[in-house]
Parts: sequence; structure tokens; C-alpha cells
Amino acid sequence: MADFMQQVVAGLASGSIYASLALALVLIHRATGVINFAQGEMATLSTYLAWTLTTNHGWSYWPAFVVTLLVSFFGGAAVHQGVVRPNEKGSLLRVVIVTIGLLLLINGAVTMIWSGEVRAVQSPFPTRTVEIGGVAISIQDIGTIGVVLGTMVLLWLLFQRTKVGLAMRAAAVNPAEARLVGVRVTWMLSLGWGLAAVLGAISGMLAAPSVFLDPNLMAAILIYAFAAAVLGGIDSPVGAIVGGLTLGVGLNLLGTYVDFVGADLRLPGALLVILVVLLVKPSGIFGKREVKRV
Amino acid sequence: MSALLGLRDVNARYGPVQALRGVSLEVPEGEIVAVLGANGAGKTTTLRAVSGTVRRTGTITFAGAPLRGGPESVAKAGIAHVPEGRGTFTELSVVENLRLGAYTRRERDLRGDIDRVSEWFPWIPERADQPAGTLSGGEQQMLALARALMARPRLLMLDEPSLGLAPMIVREIFRIVRELNERDGLTVLVVEQDARIALDTASTAYVLEVGKVAVEGPSAELRENESVRRSYLGY
Repeated sequence: MADFMQQVVAGLASGSIYASLALALVLIHRATGVINFAQGEMATLSTYLAWTLTTNHGWSYWPAFVVTLLVSFFGGAAVHQGVVRPNEKGSLLRVVIVTIGLLLLINGAVTMIWSGEVRAVQSPFPTRTVEIGGVAISIQDIGTIGVVLGTMVLLWLLFQRTKVGLAMRAAAVNPAEARLVGVRVTWMLSLGWGLAAVLGAISGMLAAPSVFLDPNLMAAILIYAFAAAVLGGIDSPVGAIVGGLTLGVGLNLLGTYVDFVGADLRLPGALLVILVVLLVKPSGIFGKREVKRV
Repeated sequence: MSALLGLRDVNARYGPVQALRGVSLEVPEGEIVAVLGANGAGKTTTLRAVSGTVRRTGTITFAGAPLRGGPESVAKAGIAHVPEGRGTFTELSVVENLRLGAYTRRERDLRGDIDRVSEWFPWIPERADQPAGTLSGGEQQMLALARALMARPRLLMLDEPSLGLAPMIVREIFRIVRELNERDGLTVLVVEQDARIALDTASTAYVLEVGKVAVEGPSAELRENESVRRSYLGY
């Protein structure tokens, strides 16, 4: 039982990393209507920035964390203004292809700047464990879950309790209408891209200590995040979080208790989730079925 | 005294289709002006030219200054546009719709304003947290109107408020518009296919035909003029 709980908590920790990136995908899908395939690479870039600040410039972890989030925010907004927006006039496919191009570009740039070498990243949390009710839980897991949950609460407050949050939601659900009430829709969408980049950066920085940092840090995590977002419903922020946590716990338990599902089968497991959800319930758990009127 | 809103020689087109051909009209402060005409006559485009959601040429002046820019600047200038086919954020709650209506204003505390518009639409408070999409068509049209009032506009533009609604609800909406005008001095530019109710409400009317102003004058005169009635208004 203690072992089971331990695996659940570890699953929640990796799940919250997936959830964070999944939420980034959902934010952008709601705002722009596309999947941002470069989301993972943008997160990798952010993580390298944090790594450089701490390793090469001697910053301590949390200031580097905060500065990375700020830079990521403006970077994400800049990507929207500079790369996505000029291509929005065409078909959505065009934007999708642009994000794939961006993926390759950032991946190449990261490899060029920092080389493909695998780096160890310090964790802001001690690697010790604490006993809670007879269950040994790693402080790093608790910290990871805490940071992501804290971020979610802040985002929820932003969207539900502030004027700009309301304007962002309005811009996402009905841009034409939003403009008529005076909302600068493009700015709101850029803000959304900025927030998504922040979420990605959080995901990357929390993942790096346990899986090491290399230019493909987020490649697998992006697949998990896709699976999480699809599972929860690609347009549902709550779904992204629930989907991420479910996937994290589920894959971890499968890997521990089902003999033939080792670490190698985790990724195919996520792909299977995507496939099954798309076949059985394409709208996901929390998504609304899209009805197109003709 | 010059009019609150003035269009002079306004042209607008959608691709190859010219929707407005030199439209000129005036909306005096404190009056209700109606734009009538058949489908495709350019009524909606007239409003869209004002709110900057269609490319146009010509001059549009508002409150003595030329009106420029996209819908965001037009909203900020004090024009509330209720577009055709309701104009609500169906996924957002009733109260969120109202808050968005006041987006261009600086006040943070909107409770007073929400109470004020709820006097016109008494069902609003009890359904404040319901998604706007769950309201009936008539309620959504009223919410769109309420949302426009939240901006405390100097000019209210209504696009076909009667569209798809039962006659009783249409009368109710026009009654409210008339009272807003009489009580608060709200200036209204309304586009309407239902000429009868529009002429009963407005002081002045313009009849559009294929993108041009065909007839204009005081509503009472247009109503009495049988040939105008028969050829343009269809009753």
C-alpha cells in the first residue's frame, strides 16, 4: 500500500509536468485554433536559459526561474506577433506548418548554441524524502506538484477574476464580438501565447532535474502533453490538468505493476491514449462536441 | 447644430461586390434614426462602415471629429454596436457579458451599472451566472442590448433587433429602446427590416436600395406616403 501511494505521488508529479504543457497547448488552441507544435521546443529553450543563468552566471535557482518565466512570456508573445499573426490570414494549416518550422528552427538553434550534450540540472528541491502517514514521499515530487498547482490557481484567478482575463476569454471565444466591445483581440492573443510559453517553461524547468537536459528534453513530454490535452478535451483547461494528472498516475502505475510495461512502453502508452480517445470520444472528457451548422 | 453622427458619401465593398454607393446620412443627438430597406440593400454594411468592421471610403464624423480606426477605437469613442444575430458571448455568463460591455470604461465597480440595466431587464439578476448561450433568442437580444448599455454609449447602433423573434418580444425591445431615448436621451441608429415598427419608433428614416439612399425624411411622412410605402417598405 505504501509503495502504491508512493507511485501515485510520483505519477502526480510527472503528471503535473504534462498538465502544465498540456494547458499551454489548450490555451493556444482556444485562442488561435491550432496546435502549437513548437510548444515543447520553446519550453526547451526556456529551460536552457534557466540552466545558463544558474550554471554559467552563478544565479541561484529561483531568481533564474522568475527571469526565465518573464523572458519566456515576452518570447511567446513575440512569436505570436512576429511569426503566427502574419500567417493567420491564410488557412489554419499554414499556421500549423509554421509552428512545425519553428520547432525545427528552435531545436537546431538550441543544439547549435548549447551542443547536444546531456546536462545535469540542479533541482530547487532537496532530493530527500519525507514520511507522510508511513509513505515515503520525495520532496521534489511535492515541490513539482506544488509549483504547478500554484500556477494553475494563479491562472484561474487571472481568467476568472480580472478584466484582462475576461477580455482574453472573450477574444478567444468570439473575436469579432470582442472587438466591437473594444477589446484589442490581437494583444489578447499575444498575451495568451506569452502565458502558454510561461507554462511550457515551468514544465521544462520542473522536468529537467529528473530527466536531464538535452535539446530533445521536451520531445517526449510534448507527446504526453498532447495525450493529456486530448484526453481532457483539447479546448478544456480543466481537462488538460485532469488529463495530465491521470496520464501521469496511470502510466506510472502501469509501469510499476504490469510487468511487460517497462519505461520503454510509456510513450507508446501515451500514443495509445491519443488514438483511443480520438476514436471513442474525440471531444475528450471535458470537451464540448463541436457542432458545425451548415 | 451638427449631428452626432454624420456619413458623407460613404462607399464600401466586399471583394467585387459594392455594398454601399455614396451613402450620406445624419443622426442628430437625442434622436432615433432608422435605416430601412430590403435584404442586401446595405443596411448592415452601413453600421459596419461606422464601426470600422468593413473597409470604406468617404467621411464619417462622430461628435464633431472624424471617426477613424477599427472597431476597438470606435467602441472607445462611445459607439455601442449590437450586431445582427444577437451579439453575445454565448460561452460566457450573463454577468460576464455585461462586464465586457463596460470594457472601454475605467470604473472597476460595475455593480451600479448592472443594477441600472437590470431595471430594464428584470430577469438579469437571477440568471447572472448562466451562460448566455442557454438564454432564449429574445433574452439574448435583450442581453446584447443590456451589454451595449453597460458602455454608457453616446450612440447605440442596433442591427435588425427583430430578426427571428416573436412579435411580442420585438415590441418589447422597441418599447425599451424608445424609453431609453425618451428618458435618458440616448441617440439610436437602428437598422431594421420590419419597417412598420421601425417607423413607429424612429423620428427620421432612410430607405436604402442597392447601396444608395433612395428616400429619406421624417418617419411620419414616409409612413403616410403611399408610393414609398408600397415600393420600398412592402406594406
